[in-house]
Amino acid sequence: MEYRLTTPVTRAELAPLRAGDTVLLSGIVYTARDAAHQRMMELLDRGEDLPFPVEGSALYYVGPTPERPGEIIGSAGPTTSGRMDPYSPRLLDLGQAIMIGKGARNQAVKEAVVRNGAVYLAALGGAGALMAASVRSLEVICWEDLGCEAVRRLEVHDLPLTVVLDAHGGDLYESGPRRYLESLR
Amino acid sequence: MRTIPATLMTETVARLCVQANTRLPQDVAAALARRQGEEPWPLARDTLALLQDNLALASHRDLPVCQDTGMACVFVELGQDVHIEGDFEGAIHQGVRQGYGEGYLRKSIVGDPLRRVNTGDNTPAAITLRLVPGEGCAITVMPKGFGSENMSRLAMLKPADGVEGVKQFVVETVRLAGPNPCPPTVLGVGIGGSFDKVAALAKHALLRPLDTPHPDPFYAGLERNLLEEINALGIGPQGFGGRTTCLGVAIETAPTHVAGLPVAVNVSCHVTRRASAEL
Repeated sequence: MEYRLTTPVTRAELAPLRAGDTVLLSGIVYTARDAAHQRMMELLDRGEDLPFPVEGSALYYVGPTPERPGEIIGSAGPTTSGRMDPYSPRLLDLGQAIMIGKGARNQAVKEAVVRNGAVYLAALGGAGALMAASVRSLEVICWEDLGCEAVRRLEVHDLPLTVVLDAHGGDLYESGPRRYLESLR
Repeated sequence: MRTIPATLMTETVARLCVQANTRLPQDVAAALARRQGEEPWPLARDTLALLQDNLALASHRDLPVCQDTGMACVFVELGQDVHIEGDFEGAIHQGVRQGYGEGYLRKSIVGDPLRRVNTGDNTPAAITLRLVPGEGCAITVMPKGFGSENMSRLAMLKPADGVEGVKQFVVETVRLAGPNPCPPTVLGVGIGGSFDKVAALAKHALLRPLDTPHPDPFYAGLERNLLEEINALGIGPQGFGGRTTCLGVAIETAPTHVAGLPVAVNVSCHVTRRASAEL
């Protein structure tokens, strides 16, 4: 199935999604990698607000290449999501609804996805030029000192993504290979 | 004695950094296309098609194929009758600085592994120098992304583990990596040598074009065998399932100690980049 979604999203909008479905995502997506996640945790520990409205939000684990003059963004594919595992459950419990990256997540993240009716979507790893083509605007909103790891506010149109973890416990990294191997029998 | 000015090395390295990051080597692009044709699983076939769309778009728009423009691994085969006029290593670092700056490539290097402050210009390069007879100077730049680098493994096996032990370790490395290293991957496998040498062999093996098997039929057979076993795991492109988990396996070996069987697997992704020039 293919779904078109616009951020911020609600739990009800994510409920029909199943591992393996395609999502074309539009609206605002915030970028954050390891260093930005660490700083977000420090903010929360001090009882301060996150640098973006977290309810129904989408975080994209990406550190784009620098944009050429006149261009909106450089190359912008996903980084390995597992490095964000220590931080993600806390953000999901606060209302973050969509994680975008690539690669396997741990059990705590899977449980937080189900608990909160969230989703984990895969962008195409190593396809930075293709992913960048969906970005309509870019603005660094904080922690500019982190360079490629600074938090950016991206406006995207039809960003092509694949559902990996759904709110019902589905995991494409487990079911996809299994189904393929079953097809050979 | 031939003299090569360090400035020429700088210009060459800068050009190769940009070229490697925006255009995939012909053999890797060809392997992707061929594997797409042979892929029986629809989602995997579609995914491989998108990876090729990405290559076309990167080339058309002069964008890096992947946003992780990597650590600049620079291999130099230097003729022993060549005199470099200027600072050899400095010239290479300067080439990386220039290439990553002018090419709008991402700067991904931190100067200290624990204190982690970005050097801001992607230096230093990881330089491997080999002295060879003659007056030549061959430079290869291989920008290496860390999504795949992080999935690499090394083991000091026992001689009794033999070829089966090596195979098990390589296949297990791919299984453990799952979707993380952006499959379909390319594997450089080092066998033999010492603890440090075997890792260098694995990295160097990634320089071999995918359409060139090992010159020794025994190891060429082992490469084919490993590729077959890996592509029976079902991980598939991006880990979504399918046949195409790996595009190629290249083995390099070295003599080793009677008591040891070191093996190293350097995992690379479907964006296995390299660009070379002869000075």
